[in-house]
Amino acid sequence: MSETRSNSTPSPHEPLNENVVFHIHGVTKTYQMGEVQVKALRGIDLDLYRGELTVLLGASGSGKSTLLNILGGLDTPTDGHVIYADQDLTHASESELTEYRRYHVGFVFQFYNLIPSLTARENVAVVTEIAKNPMTPEEALSLVGLGERLDHFPAQLSGGEQQRVAIARAIAKNPDVLLCDEPTGALDSKTGIMVLEALQQVNQKLGTTTAIITHNAGIAQMANRVIHITDGKISEITTNDTRLSPHELSW
Amino acid sequence: MMRALDKKLWRELWAMRMQALAIALVIVGGVSIFVMSMSTMDSLTETRASYYREHHFADVFASLKRAPISVARRIQEIPGVNKVETRVVTYINLDIPDFNEPVSGHLISLPDNSRGLLNQIFLNSGRLIESGRDDEIILSKEFAQAHKLQAGDKIKATINGRLKSLTVVGTGLSPEYIYQIAPGAMFPDFERYGVMWMARNPLASAYDMEGAFNNVTLTLSKGAHSQDVIDQLDDILKPYGGTGAYDRKDQLSNRFLSEELEQQKTTATVFPIIFFGVAAFLLNVVVSRLISLEREQIAVLKAFGYSNLAVGVHYSKLVLMIVLIGVLLGLAVGVWMGKGVSKIYMNSYSLPFILYELKPQIIVSAALISIVVAVSGTLFAVQKAVRLPPAQGMRPEQPTAFRPTIVERLGLQKRFSQPSRMILRHIERRPFKSFLTMLGISLACGTMMVGGFQKGAIDHMIDVQYNLSQREDLMAIFTEPTSNKSLYSLQGLQGIELAEGFRMVNARLQFEHRTYRTSVQGIEPDSQLMRLLDTDLNTIQVPKDGVIMTDYLAELLQIQPGDLLTIEVLEGNRPTFQVPVIGTAKQYLGVNVYLQRSTLNRLLKEGDAISGALLKVDELHQNQVYRKLKELPRIAGVVEQKSSIEGFYETMNETILFFTFINTLLGGSIAFGVVYNSMRIALSERSRELASLRILGFQRNEVAYILLGELALLTLVAIPIGFLIGNALCQYLIFEFATDLYRIPLVLGTHVYAFAALVVIVSSIISAMMIWRNLANLDMVAVLKAKE
Ligand SMILES: Nc1ncnc2c1ncn2[C@@H]1O[C@H](COP(=O)(O)OP(=O)(O)OP(=O)(O)O)[C@@H](O)[C@H]1O
Ligand SMILES: [Mg+2]
Repeated sequence: MSETRSNSTPSPHEPLNENVVFHIHGVTKTYQMGEVQVKALRGIDLDLYRGELTVLLGASGSGKSTLLNILGGLDTPTDGHVIYADQDLTHASESELTEYRRYHVGFVFQFYNLIPSLTARENVAVVTEIAKNPMTPEEALSLVGLGERLDHFPAQLSGGEQQRVAIARAIAKNPDVLLCDEPTGALDSKTGIMVLEALQQVNQKLGTTTAIITHNAGIAQMANRVIHITDGKISEITTNDTRLSPHELSW
Repeated sequence: MMRALDKKLWRELWAMRMQALAIALVIVGGVSIFVMSMSTMDSLTETRASYYREHHFADVFASLKRAPISVARRIQEIPGVNKVETRVVTYINLDIPDFNEPVSGHLISLPDNSRGLLNQIFLNSGRLIESGRDDEIILSKEFAQAHKLQAGDKIKATINGRLKSLTVVGTGLSPEYIYQIAPGAMFPDFERYGVMWMARNPLASAYDMEGAFNNVTLTLSKGAHSQDVIDQLDDILKPYGGTGAYDRKDQLSNRFLSEELEQQKTTATVFPIIFFGVAAFLLNVVVSRLISLEREQIAVLKAFGYSNLAVGVHYSKLVLMIVLIGVLLGLAVGVWMGKGVSKIYMNSYSLPFILYELKPQIIVSAALISIVVAVSGTLFAVQKAVRLPPAQGMRPEQPTAFRPTIVERLGLQKRFSQPSRMILRHIERRPFKSFLTMLGISLACGTMMVGGFQKGAIDHMIDVQYNLSQREDLMAIFTEPTSNKSLYSLQGLQGIELAEGFRMVNARLQFEHRTYRTSVQGIEPDSQLMRLLDTDLNTIQVPKDGVIMTDYLAELLQIQPGDLLTIEVLEGNRPTFQVPVIGTAKQYLGVNVYLQRSTLNRLLKEGDAISGALLKVDELHQNQVYRKLKELPRIAGVVEQKSSIEGFYETMNETILFFTFINTLLGGSIAFGVVYNSMRIALSERSRELASLRILGFQRNEVAYILLGELALLTLVAIPIGFLIGNALCQYLIFEFATDLYRIPLVLGTHVYAFAALVVIVSSIISAMMIWRNLANLDMVAVLKAKE
């Protein structure tokens, strides 16, 4: 059902295929922890295509979050290149990265990370207020099926509901890329499926390039491509010929 | 529409409202003292300036024995002199119905139907003196009030030995006597001393001053140099017994006011520094905690494209909101206190009006200072938020490393229970923060002491000055130096137990290039009624061939025992002589030089003369003695300073209570601000740990002990340190407030310490009670559910 193919990407100087959103070449990331060096990424080469949904799989500590953070402009690589559209993120300044995140990226975090003192609507508004061409918070929240819970504070919402608010917050600006770090990690299967459905809908309706980190191999079946990361390297990339919709997934 | 981020701000501010309020209160303390002192200073300065201007307050003042009126023309011709007014000025004894104690009046001549040319009086009630009337008198408003006298009432006065009946026609005030005190006194005593005005003619004829004057004041034209004018004026007046002209800045009433203004300036600096320092510390603690709690939120904001600046601004806004509350409340309280203090000034100073003024600059500076302090206090914390890399924010902060405390390393742990060890470890883990918390509480304690110390100090001052040093009941001053033999007639009066003569001359003292004008006192070497005291309050013998001087004067002149002091006498034939300084004496009021009377007589080349007598009076015969003294023609005045001061001091009680009240509020606000915030932070930092203990079966009070025990320990350590700080603070203020007019001693009674400690402890208990409620709501379920 899936086919393994070798991992070959163009060199950084070749003009980008217009369908390539991210072009990653030779990316390494080393953390200095006192005297110890932690090599989180050891040379990643990868292209992500417009509108595709990828799933990143790998053991704990393999470097998935590190890679996602670099893609999202939250962090910069120690070495190598990350090119988004025509923009080189590798050497981008602090304010360029901020602008990149503001106008292009939507994040969904494992622990929702909503602002507890703001209602669902306001949590989304925090983002739409500074975006260029956003939906209204109400639109975004109804996309994830929370049109009724606009004025609830995070503490008044269940975990799944909170995660859906987080997704609404991530998609409300109509981002070009949606990066999700274990969006279902803290959820039971039923709620997890609802959240994934919301993600898939956004990916299909808005054509948002989406990357999802998960520990759950089952989820991989809803992706276009599955990227396996082992010990800071891509060990395997598989392409799904047939994608399952979230409710068909075996959890 | 309000931005979502601003809503976050408001809600968080609301959630931490008690903490914010506690900090705001400390800011209120700083701002209000600043505003109070500065506005009082401005109001007083403005009031004085406009009073002086409108009433033509003179620039130069001089007294003399007697000069013909023609001399005024020569004075007028001194370059730089603008207007000249000559006067006849004298002291009289008054007989006030139903008041038996001696009352002396400072009587000043006034042209008919006029408020005077210079130092014009402000007519408070009644009318001016009509021309040709020789029995009309205008009393100073305060004096009239003290005796409930009004226009139409009659009083009796002994004018140059003759008893005369006078009619009060009005009450007034003068820019020359804003601070109305008897010569040598420190406090006004409106019952026993007052300034009053009479027509010139009757006064001149009573004192043989027809066509003459014994006092002159003048104003300077623009750009004139006062010292040049003074020098020339002294030359002109010398043959007429001039006692030396002086400048406005040496004019007594003006000087007292200037000193008061200086003290306000000190108050406007010292206290706000303390309050703002504490506020900065508290803001730092609270904002640091908030930011570390919100690491993830900060990271999320950044992940979604909020810039570092936007995050910095967000938290700065929170700080500014707290500051804003503090500044607004502080302004209101400051204005209220400023008006209160101005009213007190209206009562203790004779001002016809007070222009309460709050300059916009003061509001702006109060706000700016608060903002600068708050921002610098939170700079590091906010910078931490600004600098937080967004990817980092998602990772929990590293658990802090604990280690065994000193106590445990010393092997003493067996003496402490597990909870007590937790307390000690917690303190030791953050020694700097614990230190600052303790310092904050200490400052509260120290600030409290400042409010309490004045009463005890003034009590002590009066005790030393009037029980140990000046032991007379009455002092009689003769109109002219008189033979020592006249003491016999005084001693002969029934009720006088002891009479001692003294000689006193005005003089200019000089050592190297430093000069000072004061009186030189010749006293009896074995005097019972006038004793000089050393620092330990032991009696010092006045030496035969040298002088003892007030310690403060020695400092002013920078003269030491062994040095030769030059004394230029400003009376009589004005001899100048040099005498060695033998020692210094402790004195709180005024500054003087003392030598033996016989030595002074010899240096003045005169016989056995005295200027007045110190009297010890049998209480039973007091009234009789007063009456007799009043009848003696040679006695110019009778002074009874002790009861004057006590009387005044009683009326000061309300003022002192006002300040104690304010001080308690302010000290309490610091104590509460520091303790409450520290407890809240500790609770927030340790709620997880404490909730876990509750889950394990600890009681609320056991958990409370771990949390509050730390603060209790810090408070207990803070109190003695606060005592030291309070002591140092009082010493500093005393040093700053010391003038040649008076020095306040440092006397801190047990009640001062006790009260300060009490306020701190009560504030802590109130904070603890508020925290106790929060402990009840410790969320045990959340601990089990939440990640970390
Ligand atoms: N800020 C950091 N400082 C030091 N080491 C780090 C830091 N961030 C990540 N690491 C280390 O880099 C490695 C990769 O971490 P990363 O968070 O990318 O793993 P992951 O694949 O997302 O794991 P998980 O599935 O547990 O989330 C780990 O060994 C981690 O300890
Ligand atoms: Mg991860």
